[in-house]
Amino acid sequence: MSTASKPSAPTRASSLTQPVNGQKADRVFRGIATACGILILVALAAVALFLLFRAWPLIGGDQQANSAVIENFTGGKAKNFWGYVGPLLFGTVLVAAIALVLAFFVSIGIALFISHYAPKRLAAVLSYIVDILAAIPSVIYGLWGGLVLVPAIYPFWNWVAEYLGWIPLFAGPAANPPRTVATVALVLAIMILPIITSIARDIFLQTPKLLEEAALGLGATKWEMIRLSVLPFGKSGVISASMLGLGRALGETMAVLMILSPGLTYSFRLLQASQDQTIAANIAAQYPEADSIGVSVLIGTGLVLFVITFLVNLLARRITEKAGK
Amino acid sequence: MRSNLARRALAALCGVALIAVAAACGDNTDPSDRPVSNASSISGGFAGAGASSQQTAVEAWIAGYQKTNPKAKISYNPSGSGAGVVTFLTGATVWAGSDKPLDAKQVEESKQVCAGSTAFDVPVYISPIAIVFNLRGISDEDHHINMDATTIAKVFNGKITRWNDAALAKQNPDLDLPDLPITVVHRSDKSGTTLNLLEYLKATAGKDWPYALSENWPNDVGQGAKGTSGVISTIDQADGTIGYADLSQAGGMGTVAVKVGDSYTEISADAASKAVADSTLDETVPGANRVVLDINHKTTVEGAYPIVLVSYDIACPVYKDADTARFAQSWLGYITGKSGQDQAEHATGSAPLPDNIAQYVRASVDAIEVK
Amino acid sequence: MDETTPKHTPATADTAPVIDFDKFKPTRSYTAARKRKDIAMRALIILAFVIALIPLVSVLWTTLARGIRRLNWDFLSHNMTNVIGGNPTPSGGYGGILHAVIGTLEITLGAMLISIPIGVMCAVYLIEYAGASKLAHTIHLLVDVMSGIPSIVAGLFAYSMFAILVGPGTLNGFEGSVALSLLMIPTVVKTTEEMLKIVPNDLREASLALGVTKQRTITKVVLRTALSGIVSGSILAIARVIGETAPLLITAGYIVSTNANLFSGEMTTLPVYVYQEYSKYRANCPADASSGCVTTIPMERAWSAALVLIVIVLILNLIGRIVAKVFAPKKK
Repeated sequence: MSTASKPSAPTRASSLTQPVNGQKADRVFRGIATACGILILVALAAVALFLLFRAWPLIGGDQQANSAVIENFTGGKAKNFWGYVGPLLFGTVLVAAIALVLAFFVSIGIALFISHYAPKRLAAVLSYIVDILAAIPSVIYGLWGGLVLVPAIYPFWNWVAEYLGWIPLFAGPAANPPRTVATVALVLAIMILPIITSIARDIFLQTPKLLEEAALGLGATKWEMIRLSVLPFGKSGVISASMLGLGRALGETMAVLMILSPGLTYSFRLLQASQDQTIAANIAAQYPEADSIGVSVLIGTGLVLFVITFLVNLLARRITEKAGK
Repeated sequence: MRSNLARRALAALCGVALIAVAAACGDNTDPSDRPVSNASSISGGFAGAGASSQQTAVEAWIAGYQKTNPKAKISYNPSGSGAGVVTFLTGATVWAGSDKPLDAKQVEESKQVCAGSTAFDVPVYISPIAIVFNLRGISDEDHHINMDATTIAKVFNGKITRWNDAALAKQNPDLDLPDLPITVVHRSDKSGTTLNLLEYLKATAGKDWPYALSENWPNDVGQGAKGTSGVISTIDQADGTIGYADLSQAGGMGTVAVKVGDSYTEISADAASKAVADSTLDETVPGANRVVLDINHKTTVEGAYPIVLVSYDIACPVYKDADTARFAQSWLGYITGKSGQDQAEHATGSAPLPDNIAQYVRASVDAIEVK
Repeated sequence: MDETTPKHTPATADTAPVIDFDKFKPTRSYTAARKRKDIAMRALIILAFVIALIPLVSVLWTTLARGIRRLNWDFLSHNMTNVIGGNPTPSGGYGGILHAVIGTLEITLGAMLISIPIGVMCAVYLIEYAGASKLAHTIHLLVDVMSGIPSIVAGLFAYSMFAILVGPGTLNGFEGSVALSLLMIPTVVKTTEEMLKIVPNDLREASLALGVTKQRTITKVVLRTALSGIVSGSILAIARVIGETAPLLITAGYIVSTNANLFSGEMTTLPVYVYQEYSKYRANCPADASSGCVTTIPMERAWSAALVLIVIVLILNLIGRIVAKVFAPKKK
């Protein structure tokens, strides 16, 4: 209160001296604010339009030239745009989905630990650490993944391939060095962990104390209390947090670019190299060598990625909104 | 409030100005490097673009060239061969670096930028391509593995899958080859290095290498990695890997000695030079003044190493602008001359142009019209 | 109602059936099972926490341990001009990140100048003017969606926009700023919105009742009160975009020398520098090179630059939090 009352004193004086000016400023200010609000709409529309405009040669241009470029990109593996973007989209979704599965339970665990298990002071410190981890640049995760994790994790994947190899997902032999979808998904999981955790933690902390105490008062154990009151309360929040994490994983570029040995197939073999590639990493990888039609093709794939992430995020918001009502 | 805002804006501006002043510093210039007095008259900014394989060599050349031509500001954008040629054909650059010679269509297009004449290409950078591997107990002991062309093709083809394969053991009786799977590492991006290796395999391995020539890796064997450095780092990270890279990047790694004639040749700049010297000019290419090499991959010259990357510079025989023409002649003359080639060999381990080829190159460069 | 209910209570209690509570008593094994489950879940939750800590500690520790080696004044005060292979430069160093730090600061500053005014004004519109209108609802939703735009798409957008408006193939620092501001605006809008919501309505009403125009009420009362929150939110938004790599790879390019002009010519930033050094992997040392020639120098430079980047991000985070804490409006 005290901070606000001070500035209001001179305000009154000046507004009394120039009342007409103030009205005009009022309108201008309102106009600017409205314009900024609308600018958000314009910006999003501009993203779609500019991308569409640059990708236009791909859709409306000389199809023969396009297919030559795509053949050139892929070494003859794909001849048209959908044949090109299909495997990329598959790879993108595959990597992001596995990352989400890996991150989901761990982040819920951490969120519960912070919100319900850790002592208060420790919880505050942990919250802070989680927030900081969300801020570590992806290029550093890529650097770490490519140089530290890849050589270190081979024995583990080898073990997985040996003992779980009967599951088609883990069909061996594990690639060495493991620059594979499995390793990339692991790094992405680490990257989206803080995002899901911090949202889930906030939701869990909002669980009405009455619900929790009612459960405990009925003799529930702590876990039963969580299962009966906290988890149902936080369900929609957790789902939307996961969707946000998924959105982030779908669009992640650097970590994938720096770790994955890319391929262009519809393959579920997570432990083998040169199987899949993601849209975002593919753009960054092909971009330097692409000519103008090549850039159009890449922007076309970017447009597909934009649409996908747009839908995922929209869905996430819808879920939270519904739960909020 | 308003004056406050103005003050803040001023402070921000000052900050930006400070950054701008700081911009000039930070360059790693040698304070003792004073411009020589007998400096040539070539001055101005000149740009080139193209093959990334040449990048290190070009950096060394620029440093060497500027010692005698301190007023010339030269830049090279390693944007890739394809992009480099496209940029050259728009007239934005003086020359282009490319891992493959111009095709007929591009020669025709070059009339637009070369004042009616057609562009020519000369080899400037010959780098031996090493077949590098990582095999504990062998590569780290500085041993080489002997392979003939068929074996190399079969390894890269996925037909030989283990290091103790009979074909390998027979050629390397002195080595104790482990029972370990072979992981092939190849380029995942388009590359002149890939193309040159494939040319070698196609020419020498016959039916064991059934793929068409391409700048993309043709099969699904092994792992892809982006760029030469990607290949090297991937090989570094695991035991049992094999791949290919320019010799300049292969320092400290195990390299394959390739069978030439009856013996196995270890990779070296001189050995690559010998193979190039045993090659002929491709006379079928359209256009004048062009020096396009037809590498003799099947060479049997003792001590020759036949897997080489030949990178060309593409320039015009006639430029619209006299200054540019003089620069082009002097620059290409320098890099293809003795001191330029030595400089590149020193910096990257490239093979110097053999004399029999260099004479053609000189003739082409001299043919640039300088008024 | 209030008076009647207590009267009923004893009546219903009288007629209630006698409950045999022993019947509901859990068996001992059931209680034990529940307890075991509780302990198992507790263990799992703590395990999840520990599992997550391993990679995170590893990331920070490796960056610190490997980055500190080449981090010195020479590294911070030079750029990458005339660095040939693994050879030392005349100053005795191995090149540095001055150009990248300058590029990062300028590009981020540019992004800030674009996105903070727009973001704050957008939040002002949403909270102070729009109310519950349909437009406000749509904007609100789209701000959320916008925060999920993949960074590389933002880069492609800026690249396409400049290619169309300025000329094909344009690369400069400001283009990078535009791409980053697209990523930054949603964060600024959201944090500002949260802060504006907290500002008590009494303040607004008091100001308006005194005859102060709405514009002045907002700029001098509402925004002033929310200032600390907006500043800290903006700093956190900056911390987020300062580490972006992919969009800058496409829009700002990469050069070895220092370029201080945001509006012309390519510019290197720290994250892009880290990536470029990572892609070099190894430097060439000719056979007769001096003993000072280091083949692994690109990786060492990458780690050092990564360390500098992390430190910058952490410091920004810390400042943001301190600002938020120290200047936060006192709650009663």
